[in-house]
Amino acid sequence: MELLPLAQQVIFYLLAIVIVVCSILAVTTRRILRAATYLLFVLLSTAGIYFMLDYTFLGSVQIAVYAGGILVLFVFSILLTSKPGECTDEKDKKHRLLGLIAAIAGAAVSAYALLTYKWPESITHEAQSINDIGHALIGMDKFQYLLPFEAVSVLLLACIIAAIMIARKR
Amino acid sequence: MEIPMIYYIVISLVMFFAGVYGFITRKNMLMMLISIELMLNAVDINFAVFNRFLFPEQMEGMIFSIFAIAIAAAETAIAIAIIINIYRHIRNIDADKLDDMKY
Repeated sequence: MELLPLAQQVIFYLLAIVIVVCSILAVTTRRILRAATYLLFVLLSTAGIYFMLDYTFLGSVQIAVYAGGILVLFVFSILLTSKPGECTDEKDKKHRLLGLIAAIAGAAVSAYALLTYKWPESITHEAQSINDIGHALIGMDKFQYLLPFEAVSVLLLACIIAAIMIARKR
Repeated sequence: MEIPMIYYIVISLVMFFAGVYGFITRKNMLMMLISIELMLNAVDINFAVFNRFLFPEQMEGMIFSIFAIAIAAAETAIAIAIIINIYRHIRNIDADKLDDMKY
């Protein structure tokens, strides 16, 4: 993305703050509809991160599928299964402490490993065009992905049928 | 590309472990599903970031993220169908109340 370095940094830090704060709020809030709203902000900021990395197609897929599709499913199912304004209860104190310890310990171990590892020098390269992505998705050569593409399409069909079968009224 | 790679990875680290915390501490199955979505999303960011910064001439990471998003959508649809079906039977979707089966 052709941005000034300063503008790029400002946008990055804004996205980072939104992601960190909203992802923590999404798992700590008691109201489940608010959790879904915070999840929406996290997913949209993730799309912003993809746009900053020059993956415009991936960002569009993220907005269309996650923010447009999955979030609507979430909101509908929340409204179907709980009264508005109802608080969900958490597990007892012991479980909450356990979860906090697991999350912080895991984060500490991963952060230590990530921050002490000597990463190879990052390379800059121009962005791939949408043409390349299309050829990679439906080509049959090396580094092209027709077979997974078709497998995913069959999976989605199976998923549609299974969702109807499971959720229909008997 | 002035922002170092590690910044992106730290963001996704926080997101992933927020998901872990939510998954362990929540009873409501929809909240657990939201936590799973957070974790999947963090992993997608990692794929895209590693691809962009370490192997920018290829696009394996991006394609993998696209497939991961598609499969996450399928998984969420099925999980929500199951949750609604459970709600119809026992009028509750707390994970610790699910201790009886049909047969």
